[in-house]
Amino acid sequence: MIRDITLGQYYPGNSVIHKLDPRVKILATLLYIVALFVVNDFPGFIVAVVLLEAVIILSKVPRRYIWRGLKPVLIIIAFTLTVNIFMVGGDIIWQFGILHITRQGLRTAAFVGIRLVLLIIGSSMLTLTTRPIGLTDGIEALLSPFKKVGLPAHELAMMMTIALRFIPTLLEETDKIIKAQQARGADFESGNILRRAKALVPILVPLFISAFRIAQDLAMAMEARCYGGVVKRTRMNAMKFARRDLIATVIFCAFLAVIVLQRVLL
Amino acid sequence: MIEVKNLTHVYNEGLPHETKALDDISFTIKDGSFVGIIGHTGSGKSTLLQHLNGLLKPSSGTIVIDGVDITDSHTKMLDIRRRVGLVFQYPEYQLFEETVAKDVAFGPANLGLSQEEIDERVRRSIELVGLDYERVKDQSPFELSGGQKRRVAIAGVLAMEPEVLVLDEPTAGLNPKAHLDILDMVEEIHKRENNITIFVSHNMNDIARMSDQVLVIHQGRLAMDGTPAQVFAREDEIRSMGLALPDATEIVSHLRKEGMELPADCLTVDQAAEAIAKALEK
Ligand SMILES: Nc1ncnc2c1ncn2[C@@H]1O[C@H](COP(=O)(O)OP(=O)(O)OP(=O)(O)O)[C@@H](O)[C@H]1O
Ligand SMILES: [Mg+2]
Repeated sequence: MIRDITLGQYYPGNSVIHKLDPRVKILATLLYIVALFVVNDFPGFIVAVVLLEAVIILSKVPRRYIWRGLKPVLIIIAFTLTVNIFMVGGDIIWQFGILHITRQGLRTAAFVGIRLVLLIIGSSMLTLTTRPIGLTDGIEALLSPFKKVGLPAHELAMMMTIALRFIPTLLEETDKIIKAQQARGADFESGNILRRAKALVPILVPLFISAFRIAQDLAMAMEARCYGGVVKRTRMNAMKFARRDLIATVIFCAFLAVIVLQRVLL
Repeated sequence: MIEVKNLTHVYNEGLPHETKALDDISFTIKDGSFVGIIGHTGSGKSTLLQHLNGLLKPSSGTIVIDGVDITDSHTKMLDIRRRVGLVFQYPEYQLFEETVAKDVAFGPANLGLSQEEIDERVRRSIELVGLDYERVKDQSPFELSGGQKRRVAIAGVLAMEPEVLVLDEPTAGLNPKAHLDILDMVEEIHKRENNITIFVSHNMNDIARMSDQVLVIHQGRLAMDGTPAQVFAREDEIRSMGLALPDATEIVSHLRKEGMELPADCLTVDQAAEAIAKALEK
């Protein structure tokens, strides 16, 4: 149940996409997202879909898995679509009382919908194919130029690594606590909002205590092994910029260039 | 009586990381028995226990407790929870109330009992676990020692007065004294209430000493089901599953290999000592 949440989950694999340098993948994702906001016509979206499709095929992540990550946000997408369909003014093609649908409304809704879906799938391809460690190493590397102006890049990356690492642990802990309270007859499913909110107390209190305990144990273990973020650390898996990374960079830069040119010229 | 038939449980069915945690398990537990469950880490013991009070639904198979099929979707959950009390591994992590008395009252209050009945049960179960009611009732559960916290957590389940008491590694992480105290307490409650008690333990001495029936789970399957003497007589199989023999059985087995004439079914140190003394007299 609660373990089904796939937020930021990694899908183990050995594909070209998995092997790409995390720095490249993060930058490519950013480029892709920027491009999605530049695109404003169907041909542009077709290019974007084809590119994403190619990434999905190369990554060998099952579609079922990608679909699962999309499910929780479907409601938000549906809501945005509805708002767009009915709220945008223009040439009316259907009317019922105060509700009306316009050609422009449909067009905007379609674009917003495609954009959102591509955005979510695109960014989840990054987390699905990159280990959390790779992700944070990548972010650290990309942020390190800002160290000169006092940005604690390493510490930020470390905090992210730890947070990501403990999402599954905390979900597991929550699952256990919920079961333990259910075994004592707790009921989280019925009653009005107030009752349900009160029913959360027996879960939240032990969960917070666990979180603090885990954090303290971790801090102690790190100190016992003389962890320090300041000294120059080397890595077990150094990131290497390989030929495939160059190819990926070129493809994504070209993609953005095409999209921007198309927008400017047409 | 508990009848488990062809119980199978698959976690994350249909996903890449699906695991068959239980595989076609069937057994029967008679009223009033004390049952020990053993098995290597990850063999499926906790998964099995969570089926006994409906926290997990089987992928297939049935569990019938005193004629009531608890896997039937029409059976009321609260009814199952009242009949079967489950004490989780490290139950002290589920404590949440400001005072011990309030925490123990959580279960009975969920059963919708009257306030007097709740108060009465809270007092009784706190005393049953060997704590001084007057002294601890207004204390915060978080101020207690590890062993005391565990007792409070167990009291929280006992206060629901279950007909079947299920404990998942009740002494994990406790010091030797607290370990013995908790087990004595469980045995005491079992004798007094004559309920069915089921417990998981990695300590073979406890299993051999306390149980009437032992279930051995291996990789999600029921590998053995019998009295401790029957189960621990199958020495080689037990070892091949990564499990150990009780200390006394182990020593007797060595002595037998050295040619001493001893019975094979010594389970406790006392039995072994008596048998060895007898053999030496001859
Ligand atoms: N909530 C869950 N989701 C997915 N898999 C699980 C879950 N709980 C347990 N498993 C898996 O099911 C199998 C059996 O686990 P279980 O916890 O029942 O073992 P156990 O016998 O209690 O082990 P231990 O002695 O370590 O407590 C293991 O392979 C475990 O990884
Ligand atoms: Mg277990």
